[in-house]
Amino acid sequence: MSTSTRLFTVLALAVAVGLATAASPFASSSPDGLEKVAQEEGFLQDGRLAGVQEKAPAPGYAFPGVQDERLATGLAGFTGTLLVFAVGYGLARVVVRRPPRAEPAP
Amino acid sequence: MHIPDGFLDAEVAAAAGVAAAGAVAYGLRRAERTLDERAVPMLGVTGAVVFAAPMLNFPVAGGTSGHVLGAALAAVLLGPWVACLVLAVVLGLQAFLFADGGITALGANALNMGVIGGLGAGAVIAAGRRVLPATQSAFVGLVGIAAWLAVMAGAAATALQLAASGTAPLGTVMPAMLGVHALIGVGEAVVTVAAVSAVLASRPDLVAMAPPLAQPVSPNRAAEA
Repeated sequence: MSTSTRLFTVLALAVAVGLATAASPFASSSPDGLEKVAQEEGFLQDGRLAGVQEKAPAPGYAFPGVQDERLATGLAGFTGTLLVFAVGYGLARVVVRRPPRAEPAP
Repeated sequence: MHIPDGFLDAEVAAAAGVAAAGAVAYGLRRAERTLDERAVPMLGVTGAVVFAAPMLNFPVAGGTSGHVLGAALAAVLLGPWVACLVLAVVLGLQAFLFADGGITALGANALNMGVIGGLGAGAVIAAGRRVLPATQSAFVGLVGIAAWLAVMAGAAATALQLAASGTAPLGTVMPAMLGVHALIGVGEAVVTVAAVSAVLASRPDLVAMAPPLAQPVSPNRAAEA
């Protein structure tokens, strides 16, 4: 890819990873929209994990094996964001086969 | 939060799953036919942003928090159908790796947030582009409105599914969901506008749904149709 695209990609990814790692541990822990409605309407307790989710590596965005909650959240954000980038990129690599048309000058 | 298992009954979850799978499959075909090389990193970046942004819960009124959805952002960057694909992939990873959203409920989550959110935002943007002047501020404002509507549509769909499952009565759950998401939607609009503005300022050719603003050609031809 062109220098300009590579730079854009790195910067955007850095922002996403940075936020997921450093800002997510400080995110609000109040219940979110659906959870709050479920609490108020009395069906929150219906929620349950599927069998396969009980073996999920990082349930609730808590990186396994890390005691400190903030650190666990930050690590989950860090690895998760990079993983999603890799999956998205990999999927696109497989799917996209056309050459680019006119690119802006780097 | 994404809908966990246990909120929706099997028929509703299955129906939503079929609808979502169809839309995502179409998104995959559209991706094959219309994307070019520049879209490869953009799919990764958009996925990363759509994954990371919802981790940043912000407080809204009354002891509640909200988080952004990213469907409108994905739609404006990648076009609505490819956005469905990316959003569904992110939701799948969230459900399996982080137990965020149920497995049987994955179809419903993908439908509400990915398909309805992505296609809804895309439709609003496409329609708005036809009537609004082709200026950056008009476009960005339109994107903000589309973002808010996408959140509201997803919330309404969730309420309908909850009611159809007998989990909560429609008369209470619909206004409750719409009420809280009206506020969350404002946050979504603000973040989406900021993000799209940033991309337009640096690489407008990477914004598939942007109208011609005297800039190079976008990598997704089909979104301009």
